[in-house]
Amino acid sequence: MNKKKSCSCPESPITLQVIQQESNCCSAVKDIPVIIPRLDQPFVTGSIQTSIGNLPQVSPQLTSQDHWGAVKARWGKGRMDYMVDPGLYALGNPGNNSPVLVTANYKMSFDYLRRELPGRTAWILVLDTKGINVWCAAGKGTFGTVELIKRIESSGLKKIVSHKNLILPQLGAPGVAAHQVKQASGFKVHYGPIRAKDLPAYLDSGMKTTPAMREITFPLKDRVVLIPIEFLAAVKPYFIVAAVFFLLSGIGGPAGFWTNILNYGLFAVFALFCAILGGAVLNPLLLPYLPGRAFAAKGFFLGFLITLILLYVRSVNLQTWTGRIETLAWLLIVPAISAYLAMNFTGCSTYTSLSGVKKEMRWALPAEIAAGACGLAIWITSLIIA
Amino acid sequence: MNNLVYLKDVATLTLDKNKCTGCGMCLDVCPHQVFKMNSSHVVIQNRDACMECGACSRNCPFGAVSVNSGVGCAAAVINSLLGRQGGECCCSIDPADPAQKNKVGCCS
Ligand code: SF4
Ligand code: SF4
Repeated sequence: MNKKKSCSCPESPITLQVIQQESNCCSAVKDIPVIIPRLDQPFVTGSIQTSIGNLPQVSPQLTSQDHWGAVKARWGKGRMDYMVDPGLYALGNPGNNSPVLVTANYKMSFDYLRRELPGRTAWILVLDTKGINVWCAAGKGTFGTVELIKRIESSGLKKIVSHKNLILPQLGAPGVAAHQVKQASGFKVHYGPIRAKDLPAYLDSGMKTTPAMREITFPLKDRVVLIPIEFLAAVKPYFIVAAVFFLLSGIGGPAGFWTNILNYGLFAVFALFCAILGGAVLNPLLLPYLPGRAFAAKGFFLGFLITLILLYVRSVNLQTWTGRIETLAWLLIVPAISAYLAMNFTGCSTYTSLSGVKKEMRWALPAEIAAGACGLAIWITSLIIA
Repeated sequence: MNNLVYLKDVATLTLDKNKCTGCGMCLDVCPHQVFKMNSSHVVIQNRDACMECGACSRNCPFGAVSVNSGVGCAAAVINSLLGRQGGECCCSIDPADPAQKNKVGCCS
C-alpha cells in the first residue's frame, strides 16, 4: 500500500486504505460518474428535476404490488428480483436541507423505511448491498464504509444537499465506521433508531434517540413471524427421515408389513413430527420461559416433555422389556431432534454471540448426534426383539 | 427491560480504558446497552449481553474496544465445519424487521 501518490482515484474495488492515503488528491473525487437509479422501476411514482438530472421519486404509500412482492420474498420466492437500484431517491419533494436517510437495496428494507414516513420529505440514499437487508449486509460488510463513501460520490449527493449529515439505521453500525466516513467524505454519520417506525419521533426531536429506540428486543410477535420459515426448513428432511422410520418399522417389526406399520410406523412418524413441532415451533414461541440459556438445552427439555406426553398417549407397557426399550429409544430420538432444531434457531435470535454459539455447540452437537444415533439403534433393536 | 440473555462469560469484548476518551460513540451503536458512561470514560456494565456484532469496535475512533465479531448462528458454524460454501452466509434476519429473512432456512 505504499505506492507513490498518484491521482488515479481507483473506483472499484476501493480499499479504505487507498481512500485514506490518497485523500489529498481524491478528497474532491470528481471523476466518479454520477449514476441515477432507473426511473422505470415499478415503485417509482415520478421524478424531480435537480442539477444532476431527473431523480426518481417515491411515495410513502405502498401499493398492492409492493405488498405482494413482500409476501413472495418472505416465502423465499423471487428474491433476486427484489432489489432496488442503488443511488439517490426523493421521498416526496425534498429540498437541499432535507434529511438524508441511508438504507440497503433490499426492496423490503427500502419499503419499510418509506412506509414509516407518511407526509414527510427526505432523500433516501440506497447502498448496493446485493439485495440483502441492512443488518445482514452490515455483518458482511456490504453495507459498509467503503460502499457508503463510494455511493456518496456516485449518487451526486454532494450537489443535492447543502448539509453534511447522513442518518443510518443503528443496525448498520457493524459495517460502517462513522469516523472514517467523515474523514473520507466530510459527511457525519448519525445512527438513528433500530426500527424504522421510530424515525418520525427521532426526526421530530432533532435526532435524539431514547434508550428503547437503541435496544434490540426479541418479543413474541417477532418470534412468531419466524416460525413458518423454521418449520418449512425442517419439513423436507422430516419427510426423508419419516420415510426411513416408516419402512424400517414395516420390515423390522414382529408381524406382517402393514400390521407393523400400524403398530410402530405410524407412531414413529407422529413422534418425529412432534419433535419438529418442539424445535421449530414451540421453542421460538416459548423461548424466554424455557429452562437453560443454551438453545440446545431448551430444545432437549422440550423434546423430553413431548416424549413423556407421547408415551403416555401411546400407553407403552413398561412391564415388558420391549416397552422399556422403545421408551428409551424415543427419549433419545425426540429430544435430539428438538435440540438440534432449537440450536439452529440461534441464527434467528437477536442476542446470541458467535463465541456463545460455538461454546454451546461443543457439547450440544455431539450430544445430539449421539442421542439420535443411539436412539435409532435402540429403536431398531426394540422392533427386532418385539 | 426483561431482555433475553445468552451464555455467561463467553463474549470476547475488551475495553482499553486508557485509550477511551469518553466520546460516547459505542453507547450509540450498541444494541444491547453493554456500555455505561462513567465520568471520563465508558465501562462495560453488562458483558453477558454482548452479541459480538462488532458495531462498537468498528465505530470507536480511538481503537479502545475490541471484539471478535461474527454471527451467532449454529447453522453457519456447521456449514463452515463441513467446509461447505457459504459458511459465512448465515444471514439471519433483520431484528428491526424479523419478517425479513432472506432465505428459507438459515443457510440452506
Ligand atoms: S467509542 Fe471508544 S473512545 Fe468513544 S466512548 Fe466508546 S470506547 Fe471510549
Ligand atoms: S459487539 Fe455489539 S453487542 Fe457487543 S458491545 Fe459491541 S456493539 Fe454491543
